[in-house]
Amino acid sequence: MVTSVRSALTTAVPTLRETAEAAENVLEETIVRGRGAFDLQSVSVAYGSETVIADVTMGIPSQAVTALIGPSGCGKSTLLRCLNRMNDEIGNVRVSGTIALDGVDIMARGVDPVELRMRVGQVFQRPNPFPMSIYDNVAYGPRTQGIRHRDELDAIVEDALKRAALWDEVKGSLKKHAFDLSGGQQQRLCIARALATKPEVLLMDEPASALDPISTQQIEDTIAELKRSVTIVIVTHNMQQAARVSDQTAFMLRERLDEPAHLIEVGETRKMFTNPDDPRTEAYITGRFG
Amino acid sequence: MRLTRVKRARAAEAVARAILGASALLVVAAAAFLVLYIAKKGLPGLSWEFLTEVPKNRGREGGIYPALVGTLYVVACTGLFAVPLGVLGGVYLSEYAPKKRSTRIIRLAVANMAGVPSIVYGLFGLAAFVLAAGFGRSIIAASLTLTCMTLPVIVTATEEALRQVPADLRHAALALGASKIRTVLSVVLPAAAPGIVTGVVLGLARAAGETAPILFTGAVFQMRRLPDGLGSQFMALPYHIYTQVTSVPNWNRDLVWGTALVLVASVSAASAAAAIWRSARRRRISW
Repeated sequence: MVTSVRSALTTAVPTLRETAEAAENVLEETIVRGRGAFDLQSVSVAYGSETVIADVTMGIPSQAVTALIGPSGCGKSTLLRCLNRMNDEIGNVRVSGTIALDGVDIMARGVDPVELRMRVGQVFQRPNPFPMSIYDNVAYGPRTQGIRHRDELDAIVEDALKRAALWDEVKGSLKKHAFDLSGGQQQRLCIARALATKPEVLLMDEPASALDPISTQQIEDTIAELKRSVTIVIVTHNMQQAARVSDQTAFMLRERLDEPAHLIEVGETRKMFTNPDDPRTEAYITGRFG
Repeated sequence: MRLTRVKRARAAEAVARAILGASALLVVAAAAFLVLYIAKKGLPGLSWEFLTEVPKNRGREGGIYPALVGTLYVVACTGLFAVPLGVLGGVYLSEYAPKKRSTRIIRLAVANMAGVPSIVYGLFGLAAFVLAAGFGRSIIAASLTLTCMTLPVIVTATEEALRQVPADLRHAALALGASKIRTVLSVVLPAAAPGIVTGVVLGLARAAGETAPILFTGAVFQMRRLPDGLGSQFMALPYHIYTQVTSVPNWNRDLVWGTALVLVASVSAASAAAAIWRSARRRRISW
């Protein structure tokens, strides 16, 4: 009798503690982090004198997946790069209109792109781990933020790898070089690396286009899991992928080479794929052009 | 009809392969012949004493110890000046320089510096470092002269190595909120290190083997003691070979070839060490 009470207590106490900690974490995150919702108003992008994207107005809801679809060269990636101001790094790119993240214009003079990018992470088309160990890859962002404490870094690295669904495969070999991982593992490492700065938004530029079907599946599962805590914007060429992973879909199209690309239609993914308003959207989705 | 076209293509392929293979073989053969010839001529002169004793009887007897130390000394000083300057210059050109005319002029200047004959560097060193700067004929004057000669090699190699680093890697770091300088220092430079080291070894190997730039700037025919500081004159391996052959009657063939062998062997050892280090890292860098 006494032993059974004791054993019940010893199992209950850690569970209680965990629950309390989890509640605390949720509280902390909702206080510290914004929601990660974007609001784009008349966004246009020009390379030099050529306007490549004109007048995009759309919202990107928080903690959901928004897919950007459209034929090659329609400016999906360019629009994506507006959201973390990576276009700044390319040079000779001019973005106009307003892009608000949780109500604050990210293109305002006072906004530091370096700070913005800690809140808006990015995963690239090809896996691009740094030539260093798995651990150092994930710890790169936090170290950039000035976190040096070993225990703290360990915890961040573990958490990020778990969220990217890579922890179980690499927990015994964090010192291994990132290039020793397979392509799919490398891409999930890049996701973990982006998550380690605890971003509110994750931008993904065709994150599975260089991967085999099984790795693609794993990435999509990861996305489904991640959207509970992060806003995700994904560029994809794969219609099925957009239909599978996203909640909202935006279709962009450049109808003539001498004209900029426009946002044709944006809406709930199910509606976009079953009953789109615009005939061009339907034509693209059913594969009649593009 | 179609068959003959296929046959002709196959024949052209065979001819191309033969010509390309032959020229590659020729290069390897020339290099092998050179090394073997120097080894054959130089080995008889080699001994422990040869490496550790001062020259006697105007170099006809004794060893090359001061020349060996002098060359190491000058090359080390040149490296100390040229490596940081050259690498920083390369980083600037690759990562920071705006795409403007001024940058093109810098690049042009670097390319021209690489084309200047070494004897001209010698004269420039005499005018600038020995006389105008007042260093006199010394290790520092010679090292600075060799630095001018080596810089373009290191700058160009660094710039090229940095350019080979995929832009994606830079973007990954920037997208994580890294500043530009942190991106360069923590990601781009380490990734480019193999190429940079190759350039550094090439440049310094050339500095070790040159006679003309040190001719007027600090090398001497004979010294019984080792150089005792940056202001000291010095003996050097290439200059030792030059003076033996041109101004010592009945020069000792074995010892002069031995000196050549020591020079070639040290330079090859440095290249080999760099190559081994590189191949150990190459597995790590796979683009």
